[in-house]
Amino acid sequence: MAIVEEEPRLLELTAPETVVVPADRGTGVFARPAAQTGWRSWLFTVDHKKIGIMYGAVAMLWFFVGGVEALLVRTQLATPNGTVLSANLYNQLFTMHGITMVFLVIMPLTAAFMNFMVPLMIGARDVAFPRINALGLWLFVFGGVFLNISWLTSGAPDCGWFCYAPNSGLSFSPGNGVDYYSLGLLIAGIGSMVGSVNLITTILNMRAPGMNLMKMPIFVWMTLVVQFLLLFSLPVITIALVFLSLDRLFGANFFNVKAGADPLLWQHLFWIFGHPEVYILILPSFGIVSETLPVFSRKPLFGYPFVAFSGVAIGFMGFGVWAHHMFASGLGPVSVAAFSLTTMFIAVPTGVKILNWVGTMWGGNIRFTVPMMFSVSLVAMFTIGGLSGVMHAMAAADTQQTDSYFIVAHFHYVLFGGALMGLFGGMYYWWPKIFGHRLNERLGKWHFWLVLIGFNLTFGPMHILGLQGLPRRTYRYGPGLGFDFWNLVATIGAYIILVGMLVFAYNILRSRKTMPPAGADPWDGRTIEWSIPSPAPEHNFDYVPVVTQIDDFWHHKYQKNAEGELVQIARGDDIAQAGDQHPHLPSPSYWPLVLAAGFPLIGFGLIYNLALAFVGLGLILIAIYGWAMEPSTAPGGESHPVEDSPATDDGDGEAVDTSVEDAEDHSVAESISDPEEAPVG
Amino acid sequence: MNTEAVAASPEDVNTAGSPAEDHGSDHGYSDWGYIKIALFLALVTAIEVSTYFIDFGSIATPMLIVLMIVKFAFVVAVFMHLKFDNPMFTKLFMLGLLGAVAIFIPVLLTFEYF
Amino acid sequence: MADTTVAPAYGPTEWDEVEHMPTSTGLSNVKITMWAFLGSECLLFGSLISTYLLDRNKPDLIPGSGPKASTLFDIPFTSVSSFVLLMSSMTMVLAVSAIARGNQERTRLWLATTAALGATFIAGQVYEFTVFYREGLGYTTNISGSAFFTLTGFHGIHVTLGIVMLATLWYLSKAGHLTRENAESVEIVGLYWHFVDIVWVVIFTVVYLIP
Ligand code: HEM
Ligand SMILES: [Cu+2]
Repeated sequence: MAIVEEEPRLLELTAPETVVVPADRGTGVFARPAAQTGWRSWLFTVDHKKIGIMYGAVAMLWFFVGGVEALLVRTQLATPNGTVLSANLYNQLFTMHGITMVFLVIMPLTAAFMNFMVPLMIGARDVAFPRINALGLWLFVFGGVFLNISWLTSGAPDCGWFCYAPNSGLSFSPGNGVDYYSLGLLIAGIGSMVGSVNLITTILNMRAPGMNLMKMPIFVWMTLVVQFLLLFSLPVITIALVFLSLDRLFGANFFNVKAGADPLLWQHLFWIFGHPEVYILILPSFGIVSETLPVFSRKPLFGYPFVAFSGVAIGFMGFGVWAHHMFASGLGPVSVAAFSLTTMFIAVPTGVKILNWVGTMWGGNIRFTVPMMFSVSLVAMFTIGGLSGVMHAMAAADTQQTDSYFIVAHFHYVLFGGALMGLFGGMYYWWPKIFGHRLNERLGKWHFWLVLIGFNLTFGPMHILGLQGLPRRTYRYGPGLGFDFWNLVATIGAYIILVGMLVFAYNILRSRKTMPPAGADPWDGRTIEWSIPSPAPEHNFDYVPVVTQIDDFWHHKYQKNAEGELVQIARGDDIAQAGDQHPHLPSPSYWPLVLAAGFPLIGFGLIYNLALAFVGLGLILIAIYGWAMEPSTAPGGESHPVEDSPATDDGDGEAVDTSVEDAEDHSVAESISDPEEAPVG
Repeated sequence: MNTEAVAASPEDVNTAGSPAEDHGSDHGYSDWGYIKIALFLALVTAIEVSTYFIDFGSIATPMLIVLMIVKFAFVVAVFMHLKFDNPMFTKLFMLGLLGAVAIFIPVLLTFEYF
Repeated sequence: MADTTVAPAYGPTEWDEVEHMPTSTGLSNVKITMWAFLGSECLLFGSLISTYLLDRNKPDLIPGSGPKASTLFDIPFTSVSSFVLLMSSMTMVLAVSAIARGNQERTRLWLATTAALGATFIAGQVYEFTVFYREGLGYTTNISGSAFFTLTGFHGIHVTLGIVMLATLWYLSKAGHLTRENAESVEIVGLYWHFVDIVWVVIFTVVYLIP
């Protein structure tokens, strides 16, 4: 009964991983981890749900760190001539704030939901390569820790999150901060890379019977697009970071202007990654609201194909607009005009989505639960951010706005008001499926309103400040320039956000104790993750779900009666699976953790002492061989209790007959080779 | 677009899905066919190298690019089996390949490289 | 109206009887993963090649900082090593076809030949690098040197990894672990190997031959 890994694991990409070991071989050098509970069961797990929870938990820790950094920055700027921070520390703080929020908070939070929910939403028992999934998690964890260790050394990176070369070169950034930046992001990037091929394969290849691409939930669609964006943008930033490291550590000349280097090279490479990256950050939230809005409006998503394909279109166009971040860098008029145009066009598919969401709510029977409130606020706040985006798509306007607080306002409206609000909505929405109980709605509303008001107080005034001419990344401003009032308002807003987040933390702790078990289907959901118990059992599905339409689960609950009216025929909790079967699952493994641990060693080695790098490399090699020699499922762990199930009285005869004519014609492959349904096609 | 249920039951599925079974028996060239292709590619390489010894004037660069594409295409289509394999693999690869071309030509253009 | 004894929405079906749950596309997971990865590698090498093109003729502002990489190219020599790598693609494809027929002996022969050809290529690269170094172009000498060594070095690392994979396959075959059922691993390594070869096809033309 293996839906996962029906073949021996051929782990990809690097040498020994492709090795195939027949499953009956021994378990390699060490005994396998076997703990089902306690910390060991988490460290060595390959379960996509535990991995998802860890992504989320670690991201929330970093959210706290990034939040403190932001508050320090805002405190410094509350009054003119602030004295809280030195210029140097200020630079480190805003840099680390940006890096933390982008790479260590939003990306892993989206990864948390993707890991946890995608297999549940497509009816799979795990992802395609569970151990690689664990590897991705640990690389993210170690990459984040590595980055932040820079605080303990000669100083954190202070070059801004895009760390323009040659400013980030040795002569202008002599400490080790930038080394931590480039190596840390490389480590985390490798993690995202392995995660992306894994999720792409999972979505393309492990959907439940009957679920062709056009029946996938939109969140799964957006995940697929995001993983393709990562797949094709990460190699570019990888090369940029490698160049930067080689320059700084081995004296290469990529950004050495004296040797004739072109300073725009870094900017191109960074933003070829950077612009797709902003869609990597926002599209998962778009996916989340495309799930929540229909549920809480009690209407199907308005224009499903448009939402799906506009996401794909955004993915494509996202690779063609990068130079809008470089309008003021002397690109030349032709390039500027071209990228200005493409940037304006990319607003179109984004607008399509907003129309669809409004159309979904229109005339719906809306329930204003907390997840719904966050989702609606995403639509509103993102629209503001999108509009200011279109404003600086016009190059002439952008030359005024660039590097001013107007830009800061723009990207916080899309990233906080958009991405983060959507993720909060997702947390309230899926909390019961993940932890078995809902979050308290009353506290949730406090959380929502405090954050929404605080957010608008913080970032709304930055539009004004920017247009008044306050440059971004200034560590202080003089009095009497007209900047005082709105800066103070922004700082007050930031503290209101803090209060909101404390309420959220309290809500999490309190709900754990006080909220009753949620039941399988607390929101009257539409998609198949609500057809299994809450919290999701270890094996996800007792029986392979067979899907026939979009929102399949909902159609099991509501059907047209004789008069053609839609009536409820069943309650979700009643028709959910019991979670009492025990199909065998991939076994836990030490190797992902060990393999990932080699990378920070290489990082430290490159900075301080090459010998250490070789130790790291050795560790990686050992781990790869250990991994390759270990079958994905421990021998003897097999059980097929499903076979004892009494309910399989019919159908056997037909099912066994696999000699049917020319199976290819009916194969599921059809759904994908159909040009209209090409992946990200 | 295919909105019908795909593979509503196991019999509909290509049970040759397990990977090892579907090649070997599948189309593709005989060994001798592969060798012939390799010889052809060697010939192309020889022509390429000849541009170093013989002056082709202004057609050298376009010619080299065409020959490069020919070699590339043959290896990908025949040696890597894309010609015989499921079109999805072609799509995955082409997405990256054409993506790279579509991104880096503009990059070089902005540097006024050409 | 809810009946408390209703059957679950997704009860047991004949799918639960299938021993090996087929994938949605009927294709193998690893192969999809490999092709997606190779697509991604196109952008990796795209970045490297573009950078080299951009940097190869940059006027050096420091006087006397060594020759440009392109002035040191030894085309006849590189042609030979390019030819060697190209032929390794042929032997690789023969290995794949041998394992598909279940011929272990042949498979090992071709795997070994492929690895040997790859190693020859790497040896040629090492030789080329030392010659360049002796003629005054080190890694840090000038920008064309950094770009050239990084590009070809990245490619060289890819070839080396490929050799390690081939050697592992050879060992597995020898130890009797390379059965017909997992013959796919040879094909997957083959895909990687051919890809590394076509990257060189591009590098050879764009970097070495086009004036
Ligand atoms: C409606 C679509 C959008 C348009 C037309 C747009 C346009 C722009 C432009 C032209 C800039 C450059 C401004 C400058 O530096 O002078 C910019 C900056 C930025 N945008 Fe957007 N944008 C859009 C959506 C988004 C989304 C969805 C996100 C993220 C979720 C985002 C995040 C950012 C960030 C982070 C920056 C600043 C980068 C930096 O300089 O640090 N944008 N946007
Ligand atoms: Cu952008």
